[in-house]
Amino acid sequence: MFKLERRPNPSKAMVIMTPILAVVLTMIAGGILFAILGKNPFEAIRIIFWDPLFNDTVASYTRPQLLIKASPLIMIALGLSFGYRANIWNIGAEGQFIMGAVAGGAVGLAFYPTESVLIFPLMVLAGAVGGFLWAMIPAFLKIKFNANEILVSLMLVYVAINFLGAMVTGPLRSPVGMNFPVSRNFNEYPSAYNGEMIANTGLHMGVLVTLAAVIVAYILLKHHIFGFQVRTAGQSPRAAKFSGVNPNITIAICLGISGGLAGMAGLFEVTGPAGKLSTNFPLGYGFTAIIVAFLGRLNPIGILFAGLLMALTYIGGELAQFQLSVPAASIQVFQGMLLFFMLAVDILVSFRIRLASREVA
Amino acid sequence: MDFSALSPVSLIVSLMVAATPILIAAIGELVVEKSGVLNLGVEGMMIIGAICGFIVAVETGSPWLGFLAAMAGGAAISFIFAILTQYMLTNQVATGLALTLFGLGFAALLGHSYAGIKPPKFGTLDIPFISDIPVIGPLIFSHDYMIYISLMIVAGVWYFLTRTRGGLVLRAAGENHDAAHALGYKVIRIRIMAILFGGAMAGLGGAYLSLVRVPQWTEGMTAGAGWIALAIVVFASWKPWRIILGAYLFGGITVLQLNLQAAGANIPVAYLSMTPYLVTIIVLVIMSADKKRASLNAPACLGRIFHASN
Repeated sequence: MFKLERRPNPSKAMVIMTPILAVVLTMIAGGILFAILGKNPFEAIRIIFWDPLFNDTVASYTRPQLLIKASPLIMIALGLSFGYRANIWNIGAEGQFIMGAVAGGAVGLAFYPTESVLIFPLMVLAGAVGGFLWAMIPAFLKIKFNANEILVSLMLVYVAINFLGAMVTGPLRSPVGMNFPVSRNFNEYPSAYNGEMIANTGLHMGVLVTLAAVIVAYILLKHHIFGFQVRTAGQSPRAAKFSGVNPNITIAICLGISGGLAGMAGLFEVTGPAGKLSTNFPLGYGFTAIIVAFLGRLNPIGILFAGLLMALTYIGGELAQFQLSVPAASIQVFQGMLLFFMLAVDILVSFRIRLASREVA
Repeated sequence: MDFSALSPVSLIVSLMVAATPILIAAIGELVVEKSGVLNLGVEGMMIIGAICGFIVAVETGSPWLGFLAAMAGGAAISFIFAILTQYMLTNQVATGLALTLFGLGFAALLGHSYAGIKPPKFGTLDIPFISDIPVIGPLIFSHDYMIYISLMIVAGVWYFLTRTRGGLVLRAAGENHDAAHALGYKVIRIRIMAILFGGAMAGLGGAYLSLVRVPQWTEGMTAGAGWIALAIVVFASWKPWRIILGAYLFGGITVLQLNLQAAGANIPVAYLSMTPYLVTIIVLVIMSADKKRASLNAPACLGRIFHASN
């Protein structure tokens, strides 16, 4: 049988190789899945991973989508990655995403129909604060009452979904929406609209902020004392304590960063690609971002690529739904498998797999 | 508001129905956590159980076969978690999340042609005369069979954990896996069996949702029930009997808010629908506030990776 042997040092080559290996394994397993569904596996994989970028007939529509879909995923995953490094598990980014969209959207709609260049920045700020405060609930309950942040943050997702429902059927319902549970359309309100900056690129304000966030996160993690504190807090809580890291402050900062970024992502999403608040607004980005964070190995640059790849599976998945009529859920299965494989091959970083010879007593 | 439709007896009966899926899933997770493993994939295993049970019950016409299939389905998907965490030494939190995300997707894939179908009816206890006694009859003697089975499972788990050698060994693995290993117990094997049991129970709880409680298949129908089951394990301080208390308390709140919605309470529906989740948070806070007691109750090796160096 096989035997695991711990490497003296984690393998640097494997750090880069494992995500690629995970993607290849997912393609194989996904191909088998499509074959079981009675579709041509090679065609399905081509439609998901190749056509959105290079097929001339669809790429003009799908290429801009790449940035639109990747941007929120990357922004949320960046925030989550700090906490995950420090063993602080915020899995309620979906709720913070929604609350950011509601808070920022409400601020914008409160000014309707005033036009001013100050409105949009104010909305972005409100979105970040909304997500931040929502994430402060699990942080506060963890620090003060030792309540498990995994369960609290997840429960708050359902609370946020219901709160969104209450808002779009109540105070934020559009007066011109024929009583449908939707807010006013942001693209009819220029000051609050997060439109494309260059036509047909998918580039909007949120994409630029995401790129800036990647750079800031990289510097924080590699060259700032905070990055060191987060890493030690995760690897050895006791050692972190001795080196003067206050665990409570780490909890608050990690959850705060992830909440703020998720909230901001929600605001950019609702004012641009989604266009309005409605009960259909939550798309599960907050959960998919967890996969992105791990696929990117909790590293800002890795997360950038992982987010683009995950966006590709979303877009390619939609294409496959159209062209091969595969069920919508199969892409969710695909993403789930990707996370499984990513976690599984991670063992190659710190262990070697050896054929074990039977030991003679 | 019209409260005349709310009779205490029918409220209690429906709270038991509302609580049972969570009760079964939580008692399974309790065994898993007692062995030192934190499986956050309860939600994923429940929904897999919900759809496996539903498909088999619809195709065979037998709810009993459906429940069996749900247990098999839940155990099968938990086996992925077992292999990854026990042999590939993956992080249990991340793997559990993966299990939930994968399970939700996979169940939707399996079930996309089963929406809107009625499953075969599941039987209820009916003892002549006794089941017809007012109050006591409906309260004790005329539930569906699974409610009695769920209570028997709790009793069985309590007996196993506290009164048998196997239970002692399982708890040893959860409290100190190195010591258990040194004594010659197969920590990995014990944990895998516990994980499979937890998967089967989560599957059974899920099938109760799709076959009895709702009864129908809709995508994402567990709606956080698996996560609430995890919270109930904390609420119960890892003690089997208290799982019943936690689950029924939760069931009571669910039923109450549903009844308030139906009675046309002057509160928007969305706010009422929040209450079960808010109450779960409050309960978690109360149970965890005393740090010393909380850490005394939790298995000491919960969530820690075990790798025997030789």
